[in-house]
Amino acid sequence: MTTGAIAFLERYQSLIGRLPGDSALRAAAAAAFRTAGLPGGTQQRRIEAWKYTSLRPVAETAFKPDAAPRHEAETILTGLPLLDAPRLVFVDGAFRPDLSVMPTAGFARFAEQPDFGTLSWPDREPMVALNTMLAEDGAALHVPAGYDAGVVQLISIAASDADFHPRHVIRLGKGSQLTLVEVSAGQGTYLLNTVAEFHIADGAHLTHIRLQDEAASAFHISTTYADVEAGATYDSFTLNLGAQLSRTEVHAQLTGAGAIAHLNAAQLLAGSQHADFTSVVGHTAPGCTSRQTVKNVLAGRSRGVFQGRIEVARDAQKTDGYQMNQALLLSPYAEVDSKPELEIFADDVKCSHGATVGELDAEQMFYLRSRGIPDAEARSILVRAFLAEALDAVADDTIRFRLEAAVERWWERQKA
Amino acid sequence: MAAVTETLDTVQSVTQSGYKWGFETTIEMDFAPKGLNEDIIRLISARKEEPEWMLEWRLKAYAAWLKMDEPHWARVDHPPIDYQDLHYYAAPKKKAGPKSLDEVDPELLKMYEKLGIPLKERALLAGVDPDSVENTQVAVDAVFDSVSVATTFQATLRKAGVIFCPISEAVREYPDLVKQYLGTVVPVADNFFAALNSAVFTDGSFCYIPKGVRCPMELSTYFRINARNTGQFERTLIIAEAGSHVSYLEGCTAPQRDENQLHAAVVELVAMDDAQIKYSTVQNWYPGDANGTGGIYNFVTKRGACRGARSKISWTQVETGSAITWKYPSCVLLGEDSVGEFYSVAVTNNHQQADTGTKMIHIGKGSRSTIISKGISAGKSNNTYRGLVKMLPSASNARNFTQCDSLLIGDQCGAHTVPYIESRNPTAKVEHEATTSKIADDQLFYCRQRGLSEEDAVGLIVNGFCKDVLKELPMEFAVEAQKLLAVSLEGSVG
Repeated sequence: MTTGAIAFLERYQSLIGRLPGDSALRAAAAAAFRTAGLPGGTQQRRIEAWKYTSLRPVAETAFKPDAAPRHEAETILTGLPLLDAPRLVFVDGAFRPDLSVMPTAGFARFAEQPDFGTLSWPDREPMVALNTMLAEDGAALHVPAGYDAGVVQLISIAASDADFHPRHVIRLGKGSQLTLVEVSAGQGTYLLNTVAEFHIADGAHLTHIRLQDEAASAFHISTTYADVEAGATYDSFTLNLGAQLSRTEVHAQLTGAGAIAHLNAAQLLAGSQHADFTSVVGHTAPGCTSRQTVKNVLAGRSRGVFQGRIEVARDAQKTDGYQMNQALLLSPYAEVDSKPELEIFADDVKCSHGATVGELDAEQMFYLRSRGIPDAEARSILVRAFLAEALDAVADDTIRFRLEAAVERWWERQKA
Repeated sequence: MAAVTETLDTVQSVTQSGYKWGFETTIEMDFAPKGLNEDIIRLISARKEEPEWMLEWRLKAYAAWLKMDEPHWARVDHPPIDYQDLHYYAAPKKKAGPKSLDEVDPELLKMYEKLGIPLKERALLAGVDPDSVENTQVAVDAVFDSVSVATTFQATLRKAGVIFCPISEAVREYPDLVKQYLGTVVPVADNFFAALNSAVFTDGSFCYIPKGVRCPMELSTYFRINARNTGQFERTLIIAEAGSHVSYLEGCTAPQRDENQLHAAVVELVAMDDAQIKYSTVQNWYPGDANGTGGIYNFVTKRGACRGARSKISWTQVETGSAITWKYPSCVLLGEDSVGEFYSVAVTNNHQQADTGTKMIHIGKGSRSTIISKGISAGKSNNTYRGLVKMLPSASNARNFTQCDSLLIGDQCGAHTVPYIESRNPTAKVEHEATTSKIADDQLFYCRQRGLSEEDAVGLIVNGFCKDVLKELPMEFAVEAQKLLAVSLEGSVG
């Protein structure tokens, strides 16, 4: 057990009785975390799910949960590409009503009405165990059946060098709709360890857009569980730009006939950034569809990881699963690790995946250069074209423009 | 129509006889006591009349093995193996060393005759009298359990300067070569099964192709597992010097029995500048019966090192047998512009489990690799492709193409694909594709309305599905492999 993991456990011990919600659940999670530790934090055991990502840097960082914020949350918030829509703002893990704009969907704070949901596996996922053990706040949203809740923004701002473990539960009633835009940013060396779960009832439609633009020294771990019922859609897109180390883990279960899941993502990394996108799509009902395009653009000494598994259960006949994973290496020191997996137990299925790794196409570069476009610009054009395919999956123009702008800013940062 | 008739005949003969090669010869065996310890290793080494360094090498491997745990990452399930409940040495009782096939125990020859279809087929293909095996262009180093008893074509090979002999003989006759290469591709402590093999291997083939020599014939070894409860631990080492070329065929059948048998072979290939090694395998060991009882546990470590520039190692395998297959023939592409290839068909039926694939480690500039894997699952079986493509920072302009296709027959089986792709060089290109599907109804309908039975139709479609791999096999093997596919899938439809 590393000192980092011990510090988390000691904090939990000191908080017992003061944390909201089911204390037995927390105790079980603490026991699981005590056994598992931080993935990669100890040498003795290698976990396949964490093959390419080690949380040793997290284990070696001393977080200061009680220290006063070192940065202005308001200033950080103003700098974000916000939409003119309701927003739920969390600063250092705690809900801030003063900065929020209430949504029309039913909202409750975890701190007041703790809801751990039903989909997570603290016993299997060490970081979910950590979250379950220490979660103090989060958002519970309920969209009633048949209601269109429009856009709701879920904002996380980190202003102090601490660790936060938000816990969100979002429930969409039958035939309802919601577009959830999650933005996370901050300043300092902090750990954001979010667990969110989505229940999407029959015929409901959840669009989930994420922009991760954390501080350069931050750690961002996010675990999402989605239960997609008959005829429902979970349409997600994640853009990872920030953090020294990030892991985006998605578990989508297609549990009703004709359910649809889109798990698209793009990661742009430079310097010594490490970003891991891990997804598991479970087809447990017949006639479901899953689509996934994940792109990595890797500069500097960065390392991009993609692990994607499509599981098709015995009964999930007529499954249609597709997964595409592409990586562009812009530097001789960058590294990509990719593990697209198929696990299939039904015979009448159509499942495929593809993966490519390489650099910018020399012929395309030549074409642009021969037309007088400078090297840097030519590269930028080609990289943006490469990303466009992933970003095009975002149907809402306003949101896509914001994401493109974020990519643009990332690009500017690299030049500076 | 000839092909159809042939297929029909095959299916018929199989339906009647079940596992066609499931017989057992009764030759007196010479067993070491059950169990594994240093004394057994000393005994094996002494029986093999090995020099001291070989014994030390074995003991080192044994010491490493004791500290290792059996791997559990593969998608295979089996009851725990009691390594102390096996015989690690079994040899047919020797009459003074036979010099030619004439002197070989007639019981053995009869067994070869039963198994000998490929030999005769080759003889027929070559247009010679089927009984005059001597004239066929295939050298056979037959391995009967643990001791090689018949070696042919030594003279022809000698003339070309090729050394092809049992590895135990090589240890005695060519110690410098063996010392120089043994364990350099698969180190003694590489993995649990390789370490076990290093400690207790009893026989296998050694092959050395000198500089610039094109081996005058295809080399072939028939591995048999024959005695009850004897693990078979083959060790093969093939060295192709600069500019040489060799094609090696390996075919396997095993007698039918109920108790599981452990097989943990190690194959090491070394290719120097411009050398080429083609290693083909048809593996149809006893897969267990329809209820999943019995069958061979096949835990094999196969690895080739392309050490020289422009060297090439090509693995082709047709895996239809064994209850459990755990096998990843790999290439370490060290040489500049070296080439690695992996062509595989893995068929599982009933309760068989196969976890197989390859590793292509690109180190040399401009190294290239191709992976074509076709997995077919039927019955209640599980078939997994597990592979790694790794581009190291030095592998500038390296290239990999991977295609993994799975075919499911029936709704009780599983097909899985677990590729790992790791790249640390931007100029290296990796492409990976995988698909999973079933035999389309319209394909079946098309064949059926032309008068093919459902089983023949499936055989035909499956052979088409595997075409890309089967065409890589030497012709003699291709014929056998096609029959095997039909045989292996027998009873999986309807």
